Amino acid sequence: MATWQRANPLMRTGKLAAIAFYLCFALFPLYWLIKIAVTPDRLIYTEGTALWPSEFTIGNFTTVIWQTDFLRFFGNSLIVSLSTAAIATLIAAGAGYAFSRFDFRGKRLVIALMLLTQMFPLLMIIAPIYRIIAAMGLLNSLSSLILVYIAFNIPFATFLMQSFFDGIPKDLEDAAMMDGCTRFQSLRKVILPLTLPGLGATLGFVFTAAWSEVLFALMLIKSNASMTFPVGLLTFVSKFSVDWGQMMAAGVLALVPSCMFFIFIQRYLVQGLTSGAVKG
Amino acid sequence: MARLELTGVEKRYGAVEVLRDVNLRINDGEFIVLVGPSGCGKSTLLRMIAGLEEISEGEFSIDGKRMNEVPPRDRDIAMVFQSYALYPHMDVARNMGFSMEIRGEGTPARRSKVAAAAATLGLSALTARLPKALSGGQRQRVAMGRAIVRDPRAFLFDEPLSNLDAALRVEMRLEIARLHRRLDATMVYVTHDQVEALTLADRIVVLNGGIIQQVGTPLDLYETPANRFVAQFIGSPTMNVIAVTPAEGGVRLGNGVLLALPGVSIDVTELGIRPEHLDLADPAASTMTGIADVVEHLGSDTNIYAQVEGIGPLMVRQHGHVALRPGDPVDIAIQPGKAHLFDTAGKALRQA
Ligand SMILES: Nc1ncnc2c1ncn2[C@@H]1O[C@H](COP(=O)(O)OP(=O)(O)O)[C@@H](O)[C@H]1O
Ligand SMILES: [Mg+2]
Repeated sequence: MATWQRANPLMRTGKLAAIAFYLCFALFPLYWLIKIAVTPDRLIYTEGTALWPSEFTIGNFTTVIWQTDFLRFFGNSLIVSLSTAAIATLIAAGAGYAFSRFDFRGKRLVIALMLLTQMFPLLMIIAPIYRIIAAMGLLNSLSSLILVYIAFNIPFATFLMQSFFDGIPKDLEDAAMMDGCTRFQSLRKVILPLTLPGLGATLGFVFTAAWSEVLFALMLIKSNASMTFPVGLLTFVSKFSVDWGQMMAAGVLALVPSCMFFIFIQRYLVQGLTSGAVKG
Repeated sequence: MARLELTGVEKRYGAVEVLRDVNLRINDGEFIVLVGPSGCGKSTLLRMIAGLEEISEGEFSIDGKRMNEVPPRDRDIAMVFQSYALYPHMDVARNMGFSMEIRGEGTPARRSKVAAAAATLGLSALTARLPKALSGGQRQRVAMGRAIVRDPRAFLFDEPLSNLDAALRVEMRLEIARLHRRLDATMVYVTHDQVEALTLADRIVVLNGGIIQQVGTPLDLYETPANRFVAQFIGSPTMNVIAVTPAEGGVRLGNGVLLALPGVSIDVTELGIRPEHLDLADPAASTMTGIADVVEHLGSDTNIYAQVEGIGPLMVRQHGHVALRPGDPVDIAIQPGKAHLFDTAGKALRQA
């Protein structure tokens, strides 16, 4: 008992210290991003290693927003990521439900194929994808990115959704059908409300993946008009200099939608929504 | 109010045969209990009646109307699931009134019906709670309430009490019996617990390995089991079964004693005798002698597990307290007319 009492505060402090250390480690680049974004240009190199600049400015932000193509990049990214997230999640929800609830011929094969697609490095298929998109006449269009992102995200999103559906007892649907529901009604009134956390998580996952994708955006988009944000960021690197302050300001702004998205879906991510459904 | 009829019903999953040639007529207002060991196909049969499972072969009808192709929602049957299957995102009242909500009945009608059912089940104070804030027994009541509110043609129960502790189980069992008396509805109840079966049923259906072994009243099954499986499954403690050989005018026990049983078939290979039909007797009147192995004093009864010479272990149940200790010698007699005889296949043999 005594040892436990003595060990306890030590353990707690240790645990807190570990968490604090991890947080510092993980969040430091973010902090540095914000720090440089608010540092006036002329101090960037002279106060390069200071933890906080002696002068503070929001000039980088206003310049980025009003005097560069940033808003267009940002809008493009938003269109691409939201469309991708919505469509991929919708398809993944349908497929995940089927995998979870129905037994059909070729199910194992389809699952195996979907797993297989996750094993290849993307670099391997850049060239073929480029050819396909070019042949379709979709180069330099946002739809090409949406198409490719959806294709790449569906397998994982499907597995994610399937695991959420697996977590919903089948008895609930049976009970709903006994209570007079059609299969569709039982989906809408019983399964859907219980799947919201899963839908939220999947939406968030796909959105983030699409939001930060560079490789295909770089390959498939050359025109300024349809550039997405990660590629647009590279335009801050000119032949002779890198505009660090503006680049960082743009980076900070790019974090905003992701953060907002997660704040928005956070309440759906709380666990235990299905607790109390079956047994004690 | 409904008469349920199963004719030649079979269930197969691919090549696996789960139920074979089930023929059963369930009368209007009858309480039928399906009983059998785990995995024998009870739930499958119940789910086929509910419409949740396809019928591979044969016909199921309600009041003479074929139901095979009718979806569950149009069968007007309510089911209480073993897992309760309460909707976790709806409060108790909405859970209970969900079927009416789906049927598009108005809020006032729904409220009064739910309130009435909640009052019957003692749930009135809990109607605003979510299922996760209820105890196991309360969840079980809500699941029953959900069925009652519907006023269905028939009720199905799939091991509704198996997740409750012993005391609560007895209480809910009584409640279900009362419910049946009050509603006078057709009920089909699945359990693997033969005590539940004997106490609740008008008629019991004993299933084993997907085949109906016997259908009958609790007393029928207790007194004239159709085969050794039913004999040993129904009744507690379990019936003793010992090997015998046919002999002139009776059967010969393993210890050489001749038990007089007039008109016994020569196919007899086993004799079954319930523990309550064995008596401790005078050495003079006894047919078997042995040593008491374990003695359980239950107050009202005494269970004696004896090792009998030439026969093996036997269990004897005596009324009241018997002053006997492990290691004591016992003399056992078989009550006349209480023995059951079985052939090699386990089929019960009637004495002529
Ligand atoms: N979907 C299925 N596919 C194959 N076999 C099944 C399936 N569902 C149930 N079974 C088999 O059917 C048998 C009866 O199951 P069940 O009706 O649940 O038994 P009980 O309710 O009597 O315990 C079991 O042996 C089980 O393995
Ligand atoms: Mg079962």
